[in-house]
Amino acid sequence: MNAIRTTGLSKRYGETVAVDDLSVTVESGEVFGMLGPNGAGKSTLIGMLCTLSTPTDGEATVNGYDIRSERDAVRDSIGVVFQEPALDEELTAAENLAFHARMYGLSREERRERIGDLLDLVELADVADDPVGEYSGGMKRRLEIARGLIHEPEVLFLDEPTLGLDAQTRRATWRYIERMNDERGVTVVLTTHYMEEADHLCDRVAIVDDGNVIALDTPTTLKAQQGGDMLELGLEGDVVTLTARLEDTPWVESVTATDAGVQVALAGDRTRVPDVVRLADETGVTITAVEVHRPSLETVFLALTGNTIAEAAAEGKQ
Amino acid sequence: MSLLDPQAVYALWLRDVKRFVRTPSQVAGTLVFPLMFLVFLGTGFSDAALPGIPAGVEYIQYLVPGIVGFTMLFGASFAGLAILGAQDTGFLKEILVAPVSRTSIVLGWIAGGATTALIQGSLVFLIAIPLGFRVANPLLLPVVAVVLLLLAVTFVGFGVALASQFSDTQGFGLLIQFIVFPIFFLSGALFPLSELPAVAQYLGRVNPLTYGVDALRGALVGASTYPLALDVLALGVSAAVMVAVGAWLFGRVESV
Repeated sequence: MNAIRTTGLSKRYGETVAVDDLSVTVESGEVFGMLGPNGAGKSTLIGMLCTLSTPTDGEATVNGYDIRSERDAVRDSIGVVFQEPALDEELTAAENLAFHARMYGLSREERRERIGDLLDLVELADVADDPVGEYSGGMKRRLEIARGLIHEPEVLFLDEPTLGLDAQTRRATWRYIERMNDERGVTVVLTTHYMEEADHLCDRVAIVDDGNVIALDTPTTLKAQQGGDMLELGLEGDVVTLTARLEDTPWVESVTATDAGVQVALAGDRTRVPDVVRLADETGVTITAVEVHRPSLETVFLALTGNTIAEAAAEGKQ
Repeated sequence: MSLLDPQAVYALWLRDVKRFVRTPSQVAGTLVFPLMFLVFLGTGFSDAALPGIPAGVEYIQYLVPGIVGFTMLFGASFAGLAILGAQDTGFLKEILVAPVSRTSIVLGWIAGGATTALIQGSLVFLIAIPLGFRVANPLLLPVVAVVLLLLAVTFVGFGVALASQFSDTQGFGLLIQFIVFPIFFLSGALFPLSELPAVAQYLGRVNPLTYGVDALRGALVGASTYPLALDVLALGVSAAVMVAVGAWLFGRVESV
């Protein structure tokens, strides 16, 4: 069964189209990422799928339930970690989890057992009785992820799960998300505007811009569509001969002259730096600088939209 | 999910009570106004003869039920502020995304807000005793409890209904000041309404606090304008209406 299926889903606020005729399917058990700049419509989409707002148009089901006519069944099936922290800072971690467990109708035994288990899992058992207001950003995030899982949802929504976290905490948070997905089989739908995050975590990534999904595939496939690595070479000597020899080589797609040397687009997925160095040596050309550019999801986004994610976000704010 | 989910109501109530008992400054803060009224008016007017107050009733006896009613109004209306606070911190989303009916959520808030308002009202009573307040008929204390409860439910419902129409705490806080004080002055809490212009008297008659204060006087001091049963009935109706309005308006809150 599909965890999520949307057909022609749209949300408009007056003249502004936040989500535009969106049709996507998320499969059960996968980690599905939505990558795009702030303002691309990711949070609006999550809001609709969580039943917090009503679509202007179109249909969607979550865990097989209609988000309009079966709101309560949808709410029962999902766990949500919002972009902004949504914890009661005056309560302790254990109390926040207990509140959640009661709201989801868990029995006393289930509540005690799961709170203990989850606090262990996210390594907050030692500070379970401290007020959440005293927690760091990373601890709050972990607590929220744990909370999203107490009622054993089928689908866990994570809206920018590592926004504002430092690099180390971000990596740790990734580990928890992976573990939840592996051990509990929960379908994870996350939004992010961090390339590495989408690349690292997601089985499939939807690239979202202006309320539309403009590409949807595994990160590997998306990157492969952009071709192989790009070598940026600084050269001194007989550049013309080297260019000709490179162009004759089967693993070179194209060679472009630059101010300092050449830019070599490679075919395939191997970085041929040693081969290029050998060729240059044979031609008597000195390599003064080498830079290797791997295609990233950023490259994919740039190729598809003509903008980097940062530019697109800046544009969206205007 | 059903229309009423007792466990969710309990969860919301428990949260409010825990937050309340953990912030003594808030408890003290909500008591400052009532106590100032009580101490300054109670002692300043102690020998004054106000027209409309039944003969033989000291001003402090007249004043205490009014100030207790005001405390309920003041404390309960700020329950609405707590909802907007939850919206500011994002916690409201956590509540709204749970598989719990909006009615249960509103009832949970009302239960929590009413409990904290009851505690505040009771504290004012206790403080009034050393100031010279005497309960005329202790047998009527259960009636006092019912009246306080109905008052709390009415005004928390009112706070919830108002809060559902606002998106920021500042505007709401200001509005509450503009609403709370007229309700207070038009309730006969400080002086009998009979001396006011006719328009103000009419407004006073549709004011739930009027009946609350009158019922408290009837039960505690033994002197009331209306029969006690009428007061309690009026309060029961206002509480039911406010809960319904609060639940209805809040049910329409879509996104946050």
